[in-house]
Amino acid sequence: MTAPRPTIGLANAVRSGGRSALEVVEEHLAAIEAGDGAIHAFNLVTADLARHQAGAVDRMVADGEDPGPLAGVPVALKDNLCTRGVPTTCSSRILAGWKPPYDATVVERLRAAGAVVVGKTNMDEFAMGSSTETSATGPTRNPHDTTRVPGGSSGGSAAAVAAGFVPLALGSDTGGSIRQPAALCGVVGLKPTYGTVSRYGLVAFASSLDQIGPFAATVADAALLFDVIGGHDPADSTSLNRPTPRVVSVLDDGVAGITVGVLTEFLDGAAPDVAARVHQAAEALAAAGARVEEVSVPEVTLGLSAYYLIAPGEASSNLARYDGVRYGLRVDSEDTATMNTATRSSGFGAEVKRRIMLGTYVLSAGYMDAYYNQALKVRTRIIEGFATAYRRYDVLLGPTTPTTAFPLGEKTADPLQMYLSDVCTIPTNLAGHPAISVPFGTGYDGLPVGVQLLGPALSEGTVMKVAAVVEAAAPTIGVPVLSGEARS
Amino acid sequence: MKPGWEMVIGLEVHCELRTATKLFCGCPNLFGDEPNTNVCPVCLGLPGSLPVLNQKAVELAMAIGTALNCEIRPSTFHRKNYFYPDQAKDYQISQYDEPINVDGYLDLPDGSRVGIERAHMEEDTGKTTHAGASGRIHGADYSLVDYNRSGVPLVEIVSAPDMRSSAQARAYATELRAMLVASGASDGKMEEGSMRVDANISVRRSSDDPFGTRCEIKNLNSVRSLGRAIEYEADRQIAIIETGESVVQQTRHWDEDAGRTQTLRSKEDAYDYRYFLEPDLVPLVPDGEWIRAVADTMGMMPAARRSRLVDLLDPAGEVSDSQADQVATVVDLGLDDLVIAAVANGVGSGLALARTANEAATDAEAARKVDPDSYVALLTMEDSGALTATQSKTVLADLLAAGGGDPAALAAAKGYEAMSEDSLASAVAEVVAAHPDAWGRYCSDDEGDRKKMAGMLTGLVMKATRGQADGKAVAAELQRLRG
Repeated sequence: MTAPRPTIGLANAVRSGGRSALEVVEEHLAAIEAGDGAIHAFNLVTADLARHQAGAVDRMVADGEDPGPLAGVPVALKDNLCTRGVPTTCSSRILAGWKPPYDATVVERLRAAGAVVVGKTNMDEFAMGSSTETSATGPTRNPHDTTRVPGGSSGGSAAAVAAGFVPLALGSDTGGSIRQPAALCGVVGLKPTYGTVSRYGLVAFASSLDQIGPFAATVADAALLFDVIGGHDPADSTSLNRPTPRVVSVLDDGVAGITVGVLTEFLDGAAPDVAARVHQAAEALAAAGARVEEVSVPEVTLGLSAYYLIAPGEASSNLARYDGVRYGLRVDSEDTATMNTATRSSGFGAEVKRRIMLGTYVLSAGYMDAYYNQALKVRTRIIEGFATAYRRYDVLLGPTTPTTAFPLGEKTADPLQMYLSDVCTIPTNLAGHPAISVPFGTGYDGLPVGVQLLGPALSEGTVMKVAAVVEAAAPTIGVPVLSGEARS
Repeated sequence: MKPGWEMVIGLEVHCELRTATKLFCGCPNLFGDEPNTNVCPVCLGLPGSLPVLNQKAVELAMAIGTALNCEIRPSTFHRKNYFYPDQAKDYQISQYDEPINVDGYLDLPDGSRVGIERAHMEEDTGKTTHAGASGRIHGADYSLVDYNRSGVPLVEIVSAPDMRSSAQARAYATELRAMLVASGASDGKMEEGSMRVDANISVRRSSDDPFGTRCEIKNLNSVRSLGRAIEYEADRQIAIIETGESVVQQTRHWDEDAGRTQTLRSKEDAYDYRYFLEPDLVPLVPDGEWIRAVADTMGMMPAARRSRLVDLLDPAGEVSDSQADQVATVVDLGLDDLVIAAVANGVGSGLALARTANEAATDAEAARKVDPDSYVALLTMEDSGALTATQSKTVLADLLAAGGGDPAALAAAKGYEAMSEDSLASAVAEVVAAHPDAWGRYCSDDEGDRKKMAGMLTGLVMKATRGQADGKAVAAELQRLRG
């Protein structure tokens, strides 16, 4: 069978002149207008800009030009992606009013492919969080149950796709911030190999871990978006200067002969309903011709602790520049140092402050060897652990999150409980590998479950063709119904 | 410095590299433009921006390493974290424990060798101007920041604590500056801040003692300030120790007007920079081919140029102190090619060096531009006796002013012609006849008296001939008349 490709259908309709991009964008703007009051997926809807871009796409089609593979497709951007002249806040008070003078590389590539940007999505402040509750603009709600979190930090992007506001969205994944909300919202989310998607214009959280990636309703749509945004960028020194995987063309290759390791460490911490879905996905892969075995990679259990030293360490440095001198919030005081302190005290939320303090501490003289440098050694061990597993298996399978979406407010008072919701996603970031979350039925509570497929560096093609098979075998999940108004 | 003490000096020299663009972005690397015009998201540290290393900056850093006899190694960049308004990202990207150049040395004109511990790359900060009475950040009414300098490429050259006097430290700074200019890495302008020197100084009673506690002196804007500050600081430390107290490790500020150093911050206030590997850059691993290609494009360094001149004077390397000074002057001013050209065309090396170091050097800028053929032709005329030294110097001044020309024509225009032997002889005879007492004393057996009178009589002949006579020829004629 062929993987479902709604976005490609939409883009092709626009390219052929069968549908007008403006009409498509109006439809989606209307859905946002009607439904986002209940969800708060967006920090900003750039309706006029979107209409302007859609009009340009339509003119190109009228002139016989090809606007590109995403012609007229509405896309939402996580609010940590720089957009020229359009506020980019990272859901933080400290960036209030800041309009970047430049577009992120991924934004340029989207426009060049004919996509239409409809707005900036809500997120945990500076991507620090797993529920979108640390946002200074208030939480995003899960479209499947508005009393629940959408996950985070890219909760707005995940919810926007789940609610049908946009077919595609971009997020960023530092410790699971694409895959975890994708799982909790019942959509597909890909964290690509570190270095395959340019970080130029992504406001940094933890530079050695951050990676931009797609959200979509289907694996094939995510693949299409990945193919558009990926590839070498000379403006990012960590961008790989080699051909990146072209994923769309291999999606229907099937899994015959593929070896899949089911990661026991991830299953051990998962709720029974989530674990059951993973086993069901494993059976589906076996039935489709893959060789499926259980495998232990004990090093992955070290991931969470290493991550909470490395990521805050880098963040403490990356967030130093928000000092009130050049842009964003400034709380005036009698001298520069006091102004810096007042600005940062007022501009950052509690979770960001917690991580800056933690990161400053672990990099401090006398503590660096015990914490940060030790974490780097653990990171190497995790990479080695994965390498051993990938000598025997093409991909690894596990849950994306230990549980389905949890209620709003449940974990906000307990940072460690919140951090644990990323236990299955973090090891991939530390290794720099690709991983995808694919919706696979629901849990006992009727909320979406995501299964995660992991592969070695640059294995996006393999990971996504396996994901396409999982997707085809997945039990359906309900379509979200938003505050009285069903989406078409 | 007080006898019975020895100073120990190490210098840290920051030099701005002469690249067209900044270290991590494409903004122009220019001094003196309208503030905040040579800026972009990268050097302003805007959210989301990322650094990309400038290849030319790496090549100039490698050129410095080559010139300083360093090992050029694979290297990495770190972040040095501290808050300051002119620091756009509130961290500086700098090489830390894996610098590109290590373990080199610089030979000074006096023959001493100063070790180079490292020469690493880093980015410059912006520039803050504090408005208000103090001119410092404390008590300023407001401050203005210009980010044009933010991200300008720097190389920091750290010497070993090998220097033992302020004179040696000055010689090191002078030689290093000449080397930086000769390698094309920097314009070496201390007054514009493109070369900045910090000095680490300690004192001890004997070279067998361990190093004393050191202080770092900042704000040294000239080689002269460097020497003064070192002398002041050594005396200050000696006075402290002699009263039985201990020197406190500090960073101190040199106050040029007051002629003294003042506390800037002590060790306890030292920043914890929280260095960690810059995750936005990848390791820099220059291969041998690249390193060789950089070395191949480099001109000769000052030390090699000096020994080239010394070889011309005396292949055994035995030259007088005054000639060694002349060699140093000529190389320092970049006039050594004139000497080489003159000697290659048969001019005596002593004359070529002296005329270049003493006369051409008085207008070095013009001398660097003068047509070498004209210069060589003039020295050839002097060397052959066609012009006297006095005439030659006058023609040289015209030649430099005009940027070149035909020295024979310039000499003729001034009426300079070498005197014929006959007219010289008659001029000498006239002077001898007019001064019988002097002539008598010249002819006496008193060696001292004869020398004195020889000078006087020669002077009288020169005066009578309005400088046209050649001094050596006059002396020979006097000798001949005496018989």
